[in-house]
Amino acid sequence: MVLKDLIKPENLVYGKSKVQEDVYMHYCPGCSHGVVHKILSELIEELGIQEKTVGVAPVGCAVFAYNYIDIDWQQASHGRAPAVATGISRMYPENFVFTYQGDGDLASIGAGEIMHACNRGENILVVFINNGIYGMTGGQMAPTTLEGMVTSTTPTGRNVDLNGYPMKITNLMAQLPGTSYVTRQAVHTAAAARKCKRSLKKAIENVLAKKGTSFVEVVSTCNSGWKMTPVAANIWMEMNMIPYYPLGDIKDSVKGGHIIEK
Amino acid sequence: MAKVRGAVVVDNEGCKGCGLCVEACPEDVLRLNREVNSRGYHYTYMENPEQCIGCANCGVVCPDTCITVYRMKI
Ligand SMILES: Cc1ncc(C[n+]2csc(CCOP(=O)(O)OP(=O)(O)O)c2C)c(N)n1
Ligand code: SF4
Ligand code: SF4
Repeated sequence: MVLKDLIKPENLVYGKSKVQEDVYMHYCPGCSHGVVHKILSELIEELGIQEKTVGVAPVGCAVFAYNYIDIDWQQASHGRAPAVATGISRMYPENFVFTYQGDGDLASIGAGEIMHACNRGENILVVFINNGIYGMTGGQMAPTTLEGMVTSTTPTGRNVDLNGYPMKITNLMAQLPGTSYVTRQAVHTAAAARKCKRSLKKAIENVLAKKGTSFVEVVSTCNSGWKMTPVAANIWMEMNMIPYYPLGDIKDSVKGGHIIEK
Repeated sequence: MAKVRGAVVVDNEGCKGCGLCVEACPEDVLRLNREVNSRGYHYTYMENPEQCIGCANCGVVCPDTCITVYRMKI
């Protein structure tokens, strides 16, 4: 059998979503942001919601997300995406609104905004990319940086007496009655990425059904910031990040309902 | 049992040579090229095309969506 007999439209099993723009992304080689962008594009296409989806892009490496997914976007200032998304989803309740935020953006400068949006149960999806550092600005410590983790601002490792403890912000959000679905996923293997896609699908469906805030953390790598190869960064993440930030659903309930912490 | 054959097409110019697809492939199909593309990256190619089962693991993990996967029963 020759390859040209195989490479035919009827045999296509995986390709680029039409919702994803046909441009090269600026992300570093191997960056998790790209995988999450791709999953979101696929879901927006599969659920047929391209016309009614509005993304709110953060400050951070994903600041250019509006160049990559062909939907309506609004840029928010650092950490303020949940407040901007609140306004959009309240004015356009029939639209599907999501924020896309890094850990510096969401857990540090925007800690107030995310807490109150989740507490109010705004009908939005929050996609939270936790790569343990401030990626865009050169790998500084973030609230999520692990104890002992070397970053450009903690050259001898994070010292919890000096810098506090790595914050499990997703677990905190699960405690708030406004959130209905809270989960932590990853995209470093094909199995993890497929599972993450199922979680994001459920989260989007919850927002479409007006069930309040859905919060999806994606434990991610920033191999340039971590100063590793992409493959080594995945291994490091599996050995260090995932034990502290374990994967799986944290809450699967209804807005205002009981907090069932798994 | 029906056998499956797969094949991938790589967007050579879009590939950033991160190697995640090479790691994700269960059948040892992919390698990074010694040559580089116009952006200086060692792009992926099928070193062992006959081994591909079209599982799409490589495509799913590629952050730059450079891999299109085909599969057919034979
Ligand atoms: C008000 C304000 N303060 C600081 C900055 C500088 N700044 C730009 S990106 C960034 C960190 C983003 O890190 P994170 O949210 O973790 O996203 P990542 O780049 O890792 O995806 C900071 C502090 C800014 N742009 N605006
Ligand atoms: S489709 Fe599966 S078997 Fe084929 S190259 Fe990709 S990962 Fe390997
Ligand atoms: S995962 Fe994508 S970008 Fe990385 S080497 Fe493979 S084809 Fe290239």
